[in-house]
Amino acid sequence: MISFDRVTVTYPDAPAPVIDNVSLTIEEGHFALVIGATGAGKSTLLRCVNGLVPHFSGGRLNGTVSVDGRSTEKYRPRDLADAVGYVGQDADATFVADTVEDELGYAMENLGVDAATMRRRVEEVLDTLNLHALRQRAITTLSGGQRQRVAIGAAFTASPRALVLDEPTSSLDPVSAEEVLASLARLVHDQGTTILVAEHRLERIVQFADVVVALGAAPGEVRSGVPAEIFATAELAPPVVRLARVAGWSPVPLSVRDARRLAPELRRRLEAVRRPVVTAPRGDRVAKVKALSASYGPIPALAEVTLDLHQGEVVALMGRNGSGKSTLLNHLVGLRRAQRGSVEVLGRAPATLSATEAIRLVGLVPQDPGALLCAETVAAECRDGDRDGGLAEGATRAVLESLVSGISDSAHPKDLSEGQRLALALALVLAPEPPLLLLDEPTRGLDYGAKERLSLQLRQLAARGHCVVVATHDVELVAEVADRVVVLADGEVITDGPARSVVCHSAGLASQVARILAPAEWLTVEEVASALAASAPAPTLSPEPRNESAR
Amino acid sequence: MLRRRLQPLHPIAWWCWAGTLAVAASRTTNLLLLGLILAVVAWVVSTRRGNSPWARSFGALLRLGLFVIAIRVAVQVLFGDRVPGDTWFTLPSVPLPHWAAGVTIGGPVTAQAAIGAFCQGLQIAVILACFGAANSLASSFRLLRCVPAGLYEVAVAVTVAISFTPQVVLSIARVRDARRLRGRATTGLRGWRGLAIPVLDGALERSVALAASMDARGFGRRSSSPKRRRLTAAATLAGLVGLGVGLFEVLDSGSASGIGLAVIILGGALVIGGMAGASHGSRSRYRPDRWRAAEWLVVGSGLLAAGAVVAAGSDPSSLTQPLYPLGLPAVPLAALAGILIATLPSVVAPAPAPVRAQLQEVAA
Repeated sequence: MISFDRVTVTYPDAPAPVIDNVSLTIEEGHFALVIGATGAGKSTLLRCVNGLVPHFSGGRLNGTVSVDGRSTEKYRPRDLADAVGYVGQDADATFVADTVEDELGYAMENLGVDAATMRRRVEEVLDTLNLHALRQRAITTLSGGQRQRVAIGAAFTASPRALVLDEPTSSLDPVSAEEVLASLARLVHDQGTTILVAEHRLERIVQFADVVVALGAAPGEVRSGVPAEIFATAELAPPVVRLARVAGWSPVPLSVRDARRLAPELRRRLEAVRRPVVTAPRGDRVAKVKALSASYGPIPALAEVTLDLHQGEVVALMGRNGSGKSTLLNHLVGLRRAQRGSVEVLGRAPATLSATEAIRLVGLVPQDPGALLCAETVAAECRDGDRDGGLAEGATRAVLESLVSGISDSAHPKDLSEGQRLALALALVLAPEPPLLLLDEPTRGLDYGAKERLSLQLRQLAARGHCVVVATHDVELVAEVADRVVVLADGEVITDGPARSVVCHSAGLASQVARILAPAEWLTVEEVASALAASAPAPTLSPEPRNESAR
Repeated sequence: MLRRRLQPLHPIAWWCWAGTLAVAASRTTNLLLLGLILAVVAWVVSTRRGNSPWARSFGALLRLGLFVIAIRVAVQVLFGDRVPGDTWFTLPSVPLPHWAAGVTIGGPVTAQAAIGAFCQGLQIAVILACFGAANSLASSFRLLRCVPAGLYEVAVAVTVAISFTPQVVLSIARVRDARRLRGRATTGLRGWRGLAIPVLDGALERSVALAASMDARGFGRRSSSPKRRRLTAAATLAGLVGLGVGLFEVLDSGSASGIGLAVIILGGALVIGGMAGASHGSRSRYRPDRWRAAEWLVVGSGLLAAGAVVAAGSDPSSLTQPLYPLGLPAVPLAALAGILIATLPSVVAPAPAPVRAQLQEVAA
């Protein structure tokens, strides 16, 4: 269905090709998953399929890409619209019409499909993607998951044989992500659509894939095969696969369900091991939120939220899209003024402070860290950071170096990888040493390696006495770093407790390891691995996982 | 009762209806008539608008109308011609040098001046309310879908611009927030200077993403030759401008002048020619809005209202606020009845979707 024959892509002004001499074939009706570290060329590979590379992006493409027997050399993206549907990374930027129904009809209008067929197709897609109830809604009033499904529908109504999606779930909460992925699976199963999707959060998607295309670090390094075979060795792997490696399971299970069948034996082995109980002493109170309520027009965003934040703890703020996480962070950092209730950081209300004072008290890395960056080079950005914070020269650069070493001074912030860009934004926010550090959805677009480094950095910051608050949908990150989890629903705090008990006892928020090893309370692969390594059986000590809740 | 239908009323029907009421308002300063027009418009909006974001524009334009009235009255009181009549109070007047002759500041304020200014302000406010009603009842996106094929590219550009505006506002807010997070000024000249580049940068990125998405969905795939397209678009656009100018000329002078009619006919011919030339393009339309009985009734009710008011103009005193002597407005019964007919859309136009959903729930 989709075939790459010795394809090399070089962007203009780039010293080296992004993908080099790649050959691969995706059979009709397969769900193919593209994995690879950030910057490995996943987006480029996807955009080659319908000819956006090179027709739209510029650059040189050698070799042949063909879809449904049509080569992108002869056909422009618009000529392939009936063969390939493409959903880009930022779905919000792709809407042309204002209502759901009109957006779905758009592609067919361009193709000149007759009215009756168009009507039928739109109705079918509304049903397939479960958008029926939203058909006349304005797109701007939809939630993130609904908008993503509309974008998929808009690409799919022209009945393309193949659908290409670039990180379709990266900004979605776990439940919305599952809805989107379930819709994709339905397209594969019911309609025989070929799907090619790039995704970082493998734990969500691996179970759906028929084929995995793994892009290596070098531009020419591409392997494709069935998931079990690729993940037996692939460096990037979801927790279930890494757990299987630790436990020595073969063949590698790919879903929690498969893994649970193999789990009893591992659970028995772990029962004999006592997990080292970490009891971090609770530090002084850094911030205090008291009965905070907020609303956007008539829509309530926060309702009577009361929360204390302490030195040295990492707090995960969770909840579905639109539950008030970002609003709470904005109040803590002083971007919004408390209308009812109060917010205090070290006894002062952040919204009343000048910007220069505020950054010494509390720092926020926003959802898109690039928004903080506006200079031409990394060096200039760091100098601006020193000046803004009134710091000694080189202070910001030193913080950056401690986070990630070896970022070139002359690099443009836009050319950095996602992980490096996040590190730079983090360095700018951290340099004035605010006791309270907030991060909004920091793992969007990060591969597992970058995520691991981020977890480590956050733990170190907490150890040095910062209070770190992370608003996130990423349950694996929460399992890695959080001491405490606060769950918001419709603006109210519904859960506030130690990470281990919250993560292990919630259906929606459990990490893969927690699901596999339930009812035993294990959170991460590393934990299990070190427990097994230190597996000197201590039968006199029974496992007491709940001890931690004292901290 | 008309056959129940799901599709909303044709946007052009709503615009015609609101337009005719605006014409009616433009002919009178009679407080009674203006008040009734406003009430009719508000009633229809409250019964037939949906809950989409654009449906709130009626309230916004009402507020703008209040502002206009306030400004109109304030300007008259402070700087306006000193109209003779019953003096209410006298403002201290400021003597101006001789080169500013004709401009006065302060002086006696008469009831005639204030009430006259109020009526004129109210007239503008009612016309604005009619415009707001059209915006609330028919989304501008739907209206743009009705443009002739020759103007398709222009319509797409306008559509994209409309949906981009709120995004730019959001993006400005985001960049301002980011500056605050970096500890920089967000107000004053320095604050604004730092905004422009990141905002434009963001807008550019979105445009590129949108273009890629449109390209991938076949935009521009089956259009006729660029030369022909440009020609038909130019003809249609020029025709529409001609129609607008001609209508303005005719409405403004109150009588069908020769030039005005000629421009209207020429414009109409150009539009028809442009549309005919462009109809070779092979796009199709998803669920095009259809013009049926309800549309005729809505437009007809508006025309009757405007007609009744214009006809009442044969007795000019019935349409104006009597100032010398100051008195209560006349009660032109025929015009009042005509305006009431314009409430017809609140019955014949299909109910907006959410209302319908609620009705179905109640029925179930």
